[in-house]
Amino acid sequence: MSIWGVLIIAFLAGIEGVIDEWEFHQPIVACTLVGLATGNLVSGIALGASLQLVTLGWMNIGAAVAPDPALAAVVAAWWVSGPAHLPVAAGVILAIPLALIGQGLTQGLRKLIIPLVQQADVAAASGNLHRIDWILRLSVVLQGLRVLIPTALLMWIPSTWIHASYHLLPQVIQGGLRVSAGLLVVVSFAIVINMMATRQLWPFFFIGFALATDGHLSLVALGLIGVGLAILYLRLQDGGHHDNGGGGGTQTDEDELDRELDDL
Amino acid sequence: MATEQTKPRQLTLGDQFLIFGRSGWEQAAWNYPRLQNLGFCYLMIPAIRRLYPDKQEAGAAAERHLALFNTMPYMQSLITGVTLSLEEDHANGKPVSAEDISAVKVGMMGSLAGVADPVWWGTWRPILSAFAASLALSGFGIVGPLVFFIGWNVVRLAFRWIAQRWGYHQGLKVVTALSSGMLQKLTLGASIVGMFVMGAIVPRWTRVKLAPIIATSAQGSLSLQGMLDRLLPGLVPLLLTLGCVWLLRRHVKPLWLLVGVFVIGLGGYWLGIFR
Repeated sequence: MSIWGVLIIAFLAGIEGVIDEWEFHQPIVACTLVGLATGNLVSGIALGASLQLVTLGWMNIGAAVAPDPALAAVVAAWWVSGPAHLPVAAGVILAIPLALIGQGLTQGLRKLIIPLVQQADVAAASGNLHRIDWILRLSVVLQGLRVLIPTALLMWIPSTWIHASYHLLPQVIQGGLRVSAGLLVVVSFAIVINMMATRQLWPFFFIGFALATDGHLSLVALGLIGVGLAILYLRLQDGGHHDNGGGGGTQTDEDELDRELDDL
Repeated sequence: MATEQTKPRQLTLGDQFLIFGRSGWEQAAWNYPRLQNLGFCYLMIPAIRRLYPDKQEAGAAAERHLALFNTMPYMQSLITGVTLSLEEDHANGKPVSAEDISAVKVGMMGSLAGVADPVWWGTWRPILSAFAASLALSGFGIVGPLVFFIGWNVVRLAFRWIAQRWGYHQGLKVVTALSSGMLQKLTLGASIVGMFVMGAIVPRWTRVKLAPIIATSAQGSLSLQGMLDRLLPGLVPLLLTLGCVWLLRRHVKPLWLLVGVFVIGLGGYWLGIFR
């Protein structure tokens, strides 16, 4: 029963991995659902939350395709909350190669789908709108299968093998995997920071860092401080603008932002 | 377009709702040469059916929306709204040519994606999902995933519907409204919050502990982590993160950073630096 549940989640995650709407492919959702399907909700959520932090920086921007969290989240969650019972840290590590396989598959499908899209041109030429509808719906199914099929194949590997091979690893490697799983998040943090950072924004990063090291402030309180700072900054920037009579400050700031956006 | 004497063709609220429902499938047929073209054509179909009863005209409309298209999927709703109002004018014989419609789409898609990608993918999703993950990891369990799923989708659906309606009512006025610098301001504000929250996330959610004892002497033992905690907790994650940003700026591939951090973790544990 749980196997069918996991396959349905894989199908949904596959669709979401490309349309990016309901976010079923994000680990915090996908792993939780797999945990629900396998009856190990707690380990599913634990993996989902840990993996979410690792995949934070994976985003499809423009024509670039990021590693695919869909396949990674579903299969890793099956290995963690399914009968193989891998520890969460091992799931996080295994998710990385899985995400790269998923990235290859989604890039491949974006090319394989070309003849299908050309069928839509033919349908449009003859005014057959109904056919265009069905071509798109067929693409949706293909996107789901893109994750469902490899998930099914990987679920074929006997859980006892996976369980046994993990426990064959020497203690030093197991501990190292645990440490690595905790550290991998910095790469995603760096990707997100690199995307936003301009010279004028770095101070906000360090203010956030310094405040967060005080354990009494909750994340909500920190968020409120951040929003407050942003509003203050924008207000003051406006004020400065008027005082200078169309001064250069705002101009250069916006130019810098533009440059930064162009870099993306 | 010989419809001057008949009733003007107009989209109903039902059509708009159908289009809103379809707009979420835009990326399903994402393909390399023309990106979101089929998706955009698909979501325009209810409008094409309503505005162009003639099969030839309908085919021509479908063909022009099969041209290359790519933007941030949620901002597409705004472009959709503007396109709907232009298509309506076109169908009623007003001076809006097919080329005009395509030009407006192309003009909006790049600039909107440029401001929206950093806000949605670069700021809002990392913040919301990190918040949800932190709830899940600090004992709230299922509340974390629910906060993310509900929070994301409520905001997304509301944004899509409002953007589409606004675009439809304002038509081309949207283009001038957007060039007033309002969007830039919003992006800057979002980036400030994003940078601030990322700064806060780095020390809180990187799990790394240094080995407890680095030197023992007659006076007692010296704990490196204890010393760092007194100096600046989270210094190790901060240095690692800044190092990764520095390498990214030098065009090192994220994959190599992952491999590097993985090796640091394994090696550090083996050498007894981390525990």
